[in-house]
Amino acid sequence: MNEVPLSHILFLSTALFFIGAYGLFTRRNMITMLMSIELILNSVNINFIAFNKYLYPNRLEGVFFTIFIITIAAAEAAVAIAIIINLYRSHHSIDVEDAGEMKF
Amino acid sequence: MSASAIIFYCLAAFILGTGLLAVTTWKIFRSAIWLLFSLTGIAGLYFWLQMEFIAAVQIIVYVGGIVVLIIFSLFLTQASGKEMPKPPAGRMIFSALAVITGFALTYLLIHQHAFLPARQPAIEASVANIGTQMLSTTEHGYLLPFELASMLLLAAMIGCIVIAIKIKPEEK
Amino acid sequence: MPNYTYIQWILFLPLASFLLLGLFGRKYIKTTSGIIATLSMLVVTILSLYAAYSYFSAAGAHQSITALQYTWLPFSPGMSIDMGAILDPISVMMIVIVSFVSLMVHIFSLGYMKGEPRFGTYYAFLSLFTFSMLGLVVSGNIFQTYIFWEGVGVSSYLLIGFYFDKPTAVAAAKKAFIVTRFADLGFLIGILILSFQAGTLDFNILIQRLTTASPQLTHITTTTSFLGISLLTWGLTLVFIGGAGKSAMFPLHIWLPDAMEGPTPVSALIHAATMVVAGVYLVARLFPIFAISDPGALQVVTYTGAFSALLAAVIACTQTDIKRVLAYSTMSQIGYMMFALGVSGYGGEAGLGYMASMFHLFTHAFFKSLLFLGAGTIIHLVHSNELSDMGGLRKIMPVTHICFLIACLAIAGIPPFSGFFSKEEILLAAWHSNKGVYTIGLLVSGLTAFYMFRLYFSIFWKKDRWYAFAPVSAGGRLHPDGPPTMQAPMVILAACTVLAGFVPFSKWISSDGAPLSTHIDVLFSLAPVSLALIGIGTAAALYRKENGGSQKIAGVLGGFYRASYRKFYVDEIWLFITKKIIFNGIGRPAAWVDRNIVDGLMNGIATTTAKISMTIKGVQSGKIQNYALYFFVGIAGLAVLFIYLWK
Repeated sequence: MNEVPLSHILFLSTALFFIGAYGLFTRRNMITMLMSIELILNSVNINFIAFNKYLYPNRLEGVFFTIFIITIAAAEAAVAIAIIINLYRSHHSIDVEDAGEMKF
Repeated sequence: MSASAIIFYCLAAFILGTGLLAVTTWKIFRSAIWLLFSLTGIAGLYFWLQMEFIAAVQIIVYVGGIVVLIIFSLFLTQASGKEMPKPPAGRMIFSALAVITGFALTYLLIHQHAFLPARQPAIEASVANIGTQMLSTTEHGYLLPFELASMLLLAAMIGCIVIAIKIKPEEK
Repeated sequence: MPNYTYIQWILFLPLASFLLLGLFGRKYIKTTSGIIATLSMLVVTILSLYAAYSYFSAAGAHQSITALQYTWLPFSPGMSIDMGAILDPISVMMIVIVSFVSLMVHIFSLGYMKGEPRFGTYYAFLSLFTFSMLGLVVSGNIFQTYIFWEGVGVSSYLLIGFYFDKPTAVAAAKKAFIVTRFADLGFLIGILILSFQAGTLDFNILIQRLTTASPQLTHITTTTSFLGISLLTWGLTLVFIGGAGKSAMFPLHIWLPDAMEGPTPVSALIHAATMVVAGVYLVARLFPIFAISDPGALQVVTYTGAFSALLAAVIACTQTDIKRVLAYSTMSQIGYMMFALGVSGYGGEAGLGYMASMFHLFTHAFFKSLLFLGAGTIIHLVHSNELSDMGGLRKIMPVTHICFLIACLAIAGIPPFSGFFSKEEILLAAWHSNKGVYTIGLLVSGLTAFYMFRLYFSIFWKKDRWYAFAPVSAGGRLHPDGPPTMQAPMVILAACTVLAGFVPFSKWISSDGAPLSTHIDVLFSLAPVSLALIGIGTAAALYRKENGGSQKIAGVLGGFYRASYRKFYVDEIWLFITKKIIFNGIGRPAAWVDRNIVDGLMNGIATTTAKISMTIKGVQSGKIQNYALYFFVGIAGLAVLFIYLWK
């Protein structure tokens, strides 16, 4: 892994982050928005691991951050699904455009 | 160009490609599957980076838990087979522009920054090391976040049940 | 020098009466309001007569005495608006006239306006008018004059429009107010020019600076401004325009005939004796400046006065409404007063015109108000203003008949009544300076005699049959002459008309304050008196019996008769000017600018704000992805800001 400079890995994670952001902005389905959010979180994980590996190999902080992020992402995905299901029950659709009551 | 570099670039291409497909495809179920592949690719990346524990956690939690949950919810909301409607064209273009701009900005910053190589010797990120440090109470110990994370998980579980519970009609 | 601070009661009593009756007269003090107002006016009259007695019995030339002065609004060390009272010959004369005629009208109105539901309000307005007029005549500061000038205009508006449910009365009140207000614009500009150039608003200092050689005088007379006319001429002419509006000089006379829509005692007080002479009073106040520094402006006064006198006399010969005939005769007599001032010089014998004008003002107040009060009694009986409804009244209203006859003889200038004396002096002054104006004055006096006796014969003779006029009242037939409250003022005024001619006026009032000796030139008086007698004779021949003589002459004169009957179309010309020129040329564009640009700007600001608000409101669309986008763009913007631009 010494041949691959850090910036390449960061390129990967940045690209993944913005791909996830694009998905968050354009997807009309609430569950697919959730999937995009997972991509974003994963890109952050890659970032942490890469920094840990390349810049601070004597420490394990990056690993811990990643573990906790994964944990919390799991909790958040569960809660989000619960909310989506609840919303589905009242609107009978998971289109995000149909859930626009909280407007002016 | 050594073999590990080639492996990295293949993995990167795979991750990005499937990620892109996950966010652009119109079929919902396919989107979930592309996500699954992308997450698996990321796990492979962790393997390549010699962080086996994280890779394992990734596969267990993300791939085996979250994606499955997502697929369940797709089925529950009876949207699995259908095609999704397209977003308004303006928004697609605008968000593409925004995203590309953000990416350019961020990568410019990264590129200009000179990352100093590490001088300390490496610790192996083995399960033993991770476990010891996670449960230690001394400096660099992560016991408190660990306990908090477990409380969070408990709260999340209860919260999910409460939010998603179906109230029977005669109890209303 | 005696203490004149009691003058303040002359001003405050009518004001207090106005406030009291205005606030409480409608509901609480209804019928006693007349008594209250009349009593206060009686006190004011007694005080004025006492002031006149004490002022004129002082020896030597009569100086201007400042009785009260309060500095109200100082603009700069030399120029301030002071409120106060000064006593000089003409102001003392005026307070006597105003308070006395007002008292007569107050007493008359007790009988005339009895049973009127708004009795208290009427007396409140009368008190307001008297207060304003007294404030006008005693003021020593030109701005105070202006303030009370407007006050008089307002009172006139309120009183003309007293019967506000009659649309003609409302229209007449508006017309009077607007025409005089329009003239007051000239007055205000004139005040500003004169006071700015002379550096003061006080009358005495103003006159002194603009008549004796001083840097202000040279500056104001040599600076030419608009149209190459000097500043002084402009200032004086504009002030005269203001006076001409109030005094119903041509062409601003159009409001006076219509002002007859008000109750007749009001016409007697305001539009005969007091308010309409305010313009003459103003010119007399500023007379030293006119005479010494700017004879050109004085020419304007002369010709305006002479022309108005002639025009009014010609129109009065054809009018059929008794009050309108009297209104035009007022205009004609004021024309006399104006041109008498115009032909006068300053000081000694040359100031004869000034003295004659003030003397005529004095006598005119008595006989004109008597004529109007008599007309009021007649109208009260006949319930109509038209001459065709009257006739043969001499048999049933003897008191009114004699008083009216005395007044008509006075106005025609027949000796020994007071009008003869004052008119003689005027014609003598005109003879000495301007023969053309003298000729006009002579002609007008003949016409005056003619139309006044036309009026007299049409009312009291014309028919021989006995008409049973029964004024409707609760207790049966009233005396046709009216109750004693209506007869008493007429008798008193008739006595004054007879005796006023013998007052040694010139001893007290002259252009420079020094006593002037006058005498009657019998040969000179022959011409006007004989002309008046011819006028009376013609009127008797045409109107004493109902023959077709007057119609035949009207037929002969044809178009000229019609033009005179239609008041020479001056009203129509004014309507044309206002509607076609002022409204379309100035009014409509101004309204357009106001509606579209000024209001448009304000509405535009409001609409723009609303639109911006709606647009911003749209940000909270309820669409989560929009929110996410805004969030992202915000973060990116902040990042750029802090990384690249933050130094």
